[in-house]
Amino acid sequence: MKPVDEKLAKSFGLNAEEYAKVLEIMGRVPSFTELGIFSVMWSEHCSYKSSRVWLKELPTKAPWVIHGPGENAGVIDIGEGMAAIFKMESHNHPSFIEPYQGAATGVGGILRDVFTMGARPIANLNALRFGDPKLPVTKRVVDGVVRGIGGYGNCVGVPTVGGEVNFHPAYNGNPLVNAMTVGIAAQDKIFLSAAAGIGNPVVYVGSKTGRDGIHGATMASTEFDASSEEKRPTVQVGDPFTEKLLIEACLELMQTDAIVAIQDMGAAGLTSSSVEMAGKGGVGIELNLDDVPQRETGMSAYEMMLSESQERMLLVLKPERAEMARGIIEKWDLDYAIIGHITDTGRIVVMHKGVVEADIPLAPLSDAAPLYRRPWVETPKPAPLGPVSSDMSLEAALLKLLACPDLCSRRWIFDQYDSTVGGQTVKRPAESDAAIVRLEGTSRALAITTDCTPRYCVADPEQGGAQAVAEAWRNITATGAKPLAVTDNMNFGNPEKPEIMGQFAGAIKGMAAACTALDFPVVSGNVSLYNETEGKGILPTPAIGAVGVLEDAALARGIALAQGQDLVLVGATYGELGCSLYLREVCGLEAGAPPLIDLAAERANGDFVREQIEAGNVAACHDLADGGLLIAVAEMALAGNTGADLTQADTSPAFCFGEDQARYILAVDEAEPLLAAAFAAGIPAQKIGHTTIDECLTLPGGVAISLSILREANEGFFPAWFA
Amino acid sequence: MRAGILLFPGINRERDMVLAVRQSFGAEPRIVWHKETDLSGLDLVIIPGGFSFGDYLRCGAMAAQSPVMRAVRDHAARGGYVLGVCNGFQILTETGLLPGALLRNAGLRFLSMDTMLQVERNDTAFTARYGKGEVFRAPMAHGDGNYTADETTLDRLEGEGLVAFRYHDENRNGSARAIAGVYSPNLRVLGLMPHPEDLVDPLMGGTDGKPLFDSLAAA
Repeated sequence: MKPVDEKLAKSFGLNAEEYAKVLEIMGRVPSFTELGIFSVMWSEHCSYKSSRVWLKELPTKAPWVIHGPGENAGVIDIGEGMAAIFKMESHNHPSFIEPYQGAATGVGGILRDVFTMGARPIANLNALRFGDPKLPVTKRVVDGVVRGIGGYGNCVGVPTVGGEVNFHPAYNGNPLVNAMTVGIAAQDKIFLSAAAGIGNPVVYVGSKTGRDGIHGATMASTEFDASSEEKRPTVQVGDPFTEKLLIEACLELMQTDAIVAIQDMGAAGLTSSSVEMAGKGGVGIELNLDDVPQRETGMSAYEMMLSESQERMLLVLKPERAEMARGIIEKWDLDYAIIGHITDTGRIVVMHKGVVEADIPLAPLSDAAPLYRRPWVETPKPAPLGPVSSDMSLEAALLKLLACPDLCSRRWIFDQYDSTVGGQTVKRPAESDAAIVRLEGTSRALAITTDCTPRYCVADPEQGGAQAVAEAWRNITATGAKPLAVTDNMNFGNPEKPEIMGQFAGAIKGMAAACTALDFPVVSGNVSLYNETEGKGILPTPAIGAVGVLEDAALARGIALAQGQDLVLVGATYGELGCSLYLREVCGLEAGAPPLIDLAAERANGDFVREQIEAGNVAACHDLADGGLLIAVAEMALAGNTGADLTQADTSPAFCFGEDQARYILAVDEAEPLLAAAFAAGIPAQKIGHTTIDECLTLPGGVAISLSILREANEGFFPAWFA
Repeated sequence: MRAGILLFPGINRERDMVLAVRQSFGAEPRIVWHKETDLSGLDLVIIPGGFSFGDYLRCGAMAAQSPVMRAVRDHAARGGYVLGVCNGFQILTETGLLPGALLRNAGLRFLSMDTMLQVERNDTAFTARYGKGEVFRAPMAHGDGNYTADETTLDRLEGEGLVAFRYHDENRNGSARAIAGVYSPNLRVLGLMPHPEDLVDPLMGGTDGKPLFDSLAAA
């Protein structure tokens, strides 16, 4: 074994200053295992050392927030004594190295964060960003990630109901896989991680520990280079069958009063779960690794403490309930082992084969964790977009946009995900702006979405951060649900570069403003930094996952048009083409400023739309986002297999494809009453057309395209790519 | 009609099945853990979908060896009703209660979408509330739904009227003769890949699957 010194510390990801702090805390040279524990706990992934000072700027409170950031997942009140528990988390680095397992274990990890709090998971979503589709590696990554998400989610029996996919060359060497899980629990049955009760047994439940994923958290805290392939052994292997057993076993055990505290073993495995549980409870913990269920022989204390083997949980139990708990866990064919107990020492002590392998004071391990206010420079404001011109007809531009990888149908992807298991999926993928899942046994439903527009974020991080939150709020609103709270998954490049930190700071500022204006607090989240390969960063991607509630699931609105409807555009159109997909796909230009975010208008327009839906006045509703108005109407027409006539609408590309925010298209029986209500409320609204019996979309100016041609364009990309 | 729903480790559509049975039968089904061996009092045994034992050896192969399956064989031999859906169908073929086998989907990808099923006969306990030749919608969600059997068996199934349902719109998983479900010779054991239990509520998109449960409730 190598001697413990500054050089070894560096190879573990600790810099000289951080190693000096370790020496100061320990008052001696740490053991190999101790150094391992410090290095993972102080990794960017576990300590948020570059981001903590900024995350504090986000609003996290509201009357309906039960637990904000700091627990395994956020918890909100959704009425009738129920709570929604949810979080989104990245598994970016592993998903590039080993796409199938990287994505699969990403799903597994986020599920555990949610059911560890007592919730039955009812929905999974995924926000995915991939590189240039022209590259063979992108195809390999997309295929592996989609199979991995399906392979895991389908087997555990949690419906995958939504998500988003973008492509951009900035993700060529660094795709993003952000997985979100939403679960449901009774408000009086929520389980937390703070350990308590001196002498209480510490119990290990789940799969056996192997040598997989050692130092995964550290890997996730560095950039990639040509040797990243060699990091394959740091990627864990998922076992969704065991996860399913773990869900059922934990939920069954949670029906009893046996559990004092519970936490999953995620990043940094046994180390982070034991340190965090004891640390939060203000107690000490002693572990005897001889008793840890092991998959391999001859594992060292260091390996066991840093292993990221999947499907494991750590519990503190009431001693008199330990045997009953064993019965439940073993009924589900899972390992159960008492591996230690809670102490009053305020230290973590790790024993192995009669030797003290680690003995660290817990308070300084967390309190003295590095905290950096890294230098940052504000992102320069983009130059405004000059006049834009293209020879392409509206018809050709629409077909081109509908077919492009960022706007084409995602059917090929979601057809590989079980979206109906559980029997509560009211709106399946692509049927509505947010997925709708009913709460079993009630008339209520949750509306769930993930959103971010990275091309806006790179042009103007502040506007982009605000837009991501606003779009999530809008997507929930468009279904008729009341938006409640968000989880954020901050994906950025190397925080040691001032311009990257500037992107982070800008995004936070915009998100905070939008969350405040929309009463949409952040209740959980995850930060993924060092998303760079060969020194090139990804587009800043603050992915937002959001949850809203519908009191009456039957009122949930989809996007499908039907016969005999008028189409009304709600919200003002200024013709914003900066950073638009029209500009990129049709004019070949990535330039200009993203569309203006007017949070007051966002709020007012959204509240108006929701009131109209609640009043039963709206048959279908779709927000306007990527690609603008014509894309939205085309999607609504295709979803309902119903034609629409927009002949009288403005024919300018700015009107047809501009990405102005805070807008919706409403399909209503009759436009007049809605327009009158909008006028009375001071909300901009105009009739733009009506549905038709012929199966055509008639564009502004009068050119008609048959729905079958639109569908062929929209559905073509993925099947052709993977043919 | 008293129904029981078998629970193997890894089964994940038992909640959907409970909802469908509760709605049509007006009574709670009994949940039967795979280590139980007493099925007395049950008229109908349902094996729901999922990934029993992770589908790690071969879909349904491990579950077929579970203690409860001996009791299911006896139940079937006594003329009891058995319904196996998705993984349940796979378990029934692995147990030998139904002929044939379910291979990987022809395209080697998991398939999750609605499919249209044609009712081959409506004089059974499972299909009395459908019309003969009626086409109904059912979600499917499986990686291994490609029904296969040797030609002699397929001919026999067709000749004896033991094909229950066929894929009517598109045979996506590559099943032999587009077979989506088959009966035992006494028409009391049915296995099918799609999930009628996930379409029994208008709020979830329709009630096309409900007649199957209504039929059983009235049988």
